[in-house]
Amino acid sequence: MSNAPLLRSVADAPVRRILVLFAHPSLERSEANRPLAEAAGAVDGVTLVDLYAEYPAFEIDVDREQARLLAHDVLCFLHPLYWYSTPAILKEWQDLVLEHGFAYGSEGTALCGKLFFSALTAGGAEAAYCAEGYNHFAIRELLRPLEQTAMLCGMTYLPPFALFGARTAVEEGRIAAHAADWTRLLEALRDDRLDIARAATLPRLNTAIDALIRSPARSDEV
Amino acid sequence: MDGVLFDLFVYLCAAVVAVPVAKRLGLGSVLGYLIAGIVIGPMLGIVGAETEQLQHFAELGVVMMLFLVGLELRPQLLWDMRARLLGLGGLQVLATALLIAALAWLMGPDWRTAMAIGLIMALSSTAIVLQTLNEKGLTRTEGGRASFSVLLFQDIAVIPMLALIPLLALPELLAHGGAEGVAAAADVGNAASPAHAAAGHAADDARASLSLVAGLDGWVYALVVLGAVAFVVLGGHFLTRPLFRFIAQSRLREIFTAAALLLVVGIALLMTLVDLSPALGTFLAGVVLADSEFRHELESDIEPFKGLLLGLFFITVGAGIDFGVLAADLLLLLGLTLGIMAIKGAVLLGLTRLFQLPTGDGWLFTLALAQAGEFGFVLLAFSVQNSVIPPDLAELLSLVVALSMLLTPALFIAYERWVMPRLRGADGAAPADEIDRQGTVVIAGIGRFGQIVNRMLVAAGVRTVVLDHEAGIVERMRHIGIQSFYGDASRPDLLHAAGIEDATVFVVAIDDRDRAVQLVEYVRRDYPKVHIIARAYDVNHLYLLRKAGADQALREVFESSLKTGAAVLRALGEHPFKVEKMRRAFRQHDEQGLEQLYELWDEHVELSKNRALLELVRARTESEQGVMATDRADLHDRSERGWTPPPRHYQDELE
Repeated sequence: MSNAPLLRSVADAPVRRILVLFAHPSLERSEANRPLAEAAGAVDGVTLVDLYAEYPAFEIDVDREQARLLAHDVLCFLHPLYWYSTPAILKEWQDLVLEHGFAYGSEGTALCGKLFFSALTAGGAEAAYCAEGYNHFAIRELLRPLEQTAMLCGMTYLPPFALFGARTAVEEGRIAAHAADWTRLLEALRDDRLDIARAATLPRLNTAIDALIRSPARSDEV
Repeated sequence: MDGVLFDLFVYLCAAVVAVPVAKRLGLGSVLGYLIAGIVIGPMLGIVGAETEQLQHFAELGVVMMLFLVGLELRPQLLWDMRARLLGLGGLQVLATALLIAALAWLMGPDWRTAMAIGLIMALSSTAIVLQTLNEKGLTRTEGGRASFSVLLFQDIAVIPMLALIPLLALPELLAHGGAEGVAAAADVGNAASPAHAAAGHAADDARASLSLVAGLDGWVYALVVLGAVAFVVLGGHFLTRPLFRFIAQSRLREIFTAAALLLVVGIALLMTLVDLSPALGTFLAGVVLADSEFRHELESDIEPFKGLLLGLFFITVGAGIDFGVLAADLLLLLGLTLGIMAIKGAVLLGLTRLFQLPTGDGWLFTLALAQAGEFGFVLLAFSVQNSVIPPDLAELLSLVVALSMLLTPALFIAYERWVMPRLRGADGAAPADEIDRQGTVVIAGIGRFGQIVNRMLVAAGVRTVVLDHEAGIVERMRHIGIQSFYGDASRPDLLHAAGIEDATVFVVAIDDRDRAVQLVEYVRRDYPKVHIIARAYDVNHLYLLRKAGADQALREVFESSLKTGAAVLRALGEHPFKVEKMRRAFRQHDEQGLEQLYELWDEHVELSKNRALLELVRARTESEQGVMATDRADLHDRSERGWTPPPRHYQDELE
């Protein structure tokens, strides 16, 4: 085992680089998304982009954004749920950046094999997101447009990592635990410790997060 | 003439050598000046008799300092201080005077003499304390403010003291006759200290030759005093503005400086004529002018004179220490000095408890005010002249005053070395001082450009300080409620007065192109942390500003020209959002070009001779047309980049 240190350093290097595109148009009032963005920014191997800060006039730099996509293995949207979808700038980002010939089409293979998921906060309680509730659909069903977008781009779609009842999460003291799960999720994705195949079948990523994540690998397993 | 030049050379030389060295050693400038005075006076004996006149003249520095302090203090602030001023100041003077008088009386002299000594020693040195507080950045701390309140009260208290001391005259001294008393005062001056003699001079002048109120009844005198104060307040409020505006319009900087000096000297003279403290009068004038648009300009004009004169004042104090007398009675003098400082300190410390000052501020207050002050010289001479204190005793006491002043910088050092670190240790961090913030943004130029910038910032709740050299514009701005100040922003001292070192952002919005570049260069060099945003006249100016160190330089008409172009396209019938896309594409192309051209740009080569640059400009102009060509075939050109539909038969490849 004379080369053990070398092996360990390889094992410690992030397997996946993660791009978190963060969209919140009034960050100064954010209670849930701001701590999640800060937590993401603190994880090694995660690139956090505040879209509203970078493009306050929606003038998205397509070349820069495509270069970012090429440099990462996981794409994550972090945002509050606005009308069962993303805030406007994330839609603008999709419209501009996911070009034919880049993201889709016979020559558009830049995103093939990458992972995609959405980390969102919703105002409604979890119970409202079902056939009997006032929102009528489960959260994963409501996000079908994102799922299909990912599929057309050849990406692996994972279900959303969702916080429900976001308006009362602070007073009920639920933020810290959610942020801790969020950090664990990002680290597991980065180090390839998340059971991707199983996760893809779930309604939400955080229903059974403990079962999805393997504990950190030891160097002797390499 | 030769003599004057030689003296000037000696004083400047002493200051230039001693002050930076003292500062480097952490002793502060005041101690540097004092040491310089000791070296050229008693030690080397280069200067001698002339120091007495010089000190009288140098007292103008103290007067100017109080004027500057007043400028920083709006009337409202002064009113808010009233409890402190009367409570802290009044109690300090009263308690110290009584305590020292009682102890002095126990040591022997007549109770009247003892009382006069108590009064004289109750005063502290405005000059040393304010200068040192300022230099160490402690003016705006709790302790600094409390100290200032007390000093201000003491300045006011000098007036009743001058009235009280003649009533304390000793019958046996008086018996020698008034004329001899005056002669004795002069003797004291020559024997003990030139400083003392100068003070005697001042008192003589004030009483005999200059005073207009010497023979008046009490109530007439009171009316005259009130009249003089009213003249300063009303004149300062109503007369100075039109006057300064008129002078500012002449655009002659030195005349404005002359007018500022005239104001200070004039008020000092007026106050002297009616037997009031000149420092108090100019302080009042400063307060009246604190709201004026000329405040920063006045500050920066007076500042250098104040600094030099105050330095000179300290040098003369040092030079005035008579080592002969000092050596003869060294132990007695040291004992008296330390004793008096200890008593003053004890009273001050008691007051900090009574007024519940935080511990650190309390120690600053105690150590800062424990000395006797320059007014002590004046009152000592006055007391001798009025047969209250025997000349030989006054001689000793004036050395005590000088010694205690000499020890003050050491007390400040003690505060910095021992009190401040201990406070940090106790709390784990430095105690949060209550420090008044100046504007976080300084804007140079409040013409059409700066105005909009300032309005937007103020609307957003940002504190700004606006400077402009057009007195007319500044006046108009003030009419509509925008805080702005008259002055040439390219002057370093004015920028300093406007608080550039605490500013986060500096906006250069002045018309004058060359001056804007110089301004950026200067601020970048001296204040590397401030973010500089500059208004550029054109591309060449933009490059110059950027080279000078501006963080951002914006072409002043570029955005509005783009908007005009877009308006024309819309008027021609183009769809507004298509026009918007073209505008964005054009701007992006232009900004890229700006970067590329900067690489080739050379300020020393004339544009028409810079071939590479011209070639690139030509190429960029050509490619610009390509950028705007949108509807030619199914091209993926720049302005069609966004929201491009996929090719017509793209579905086939997805099956």
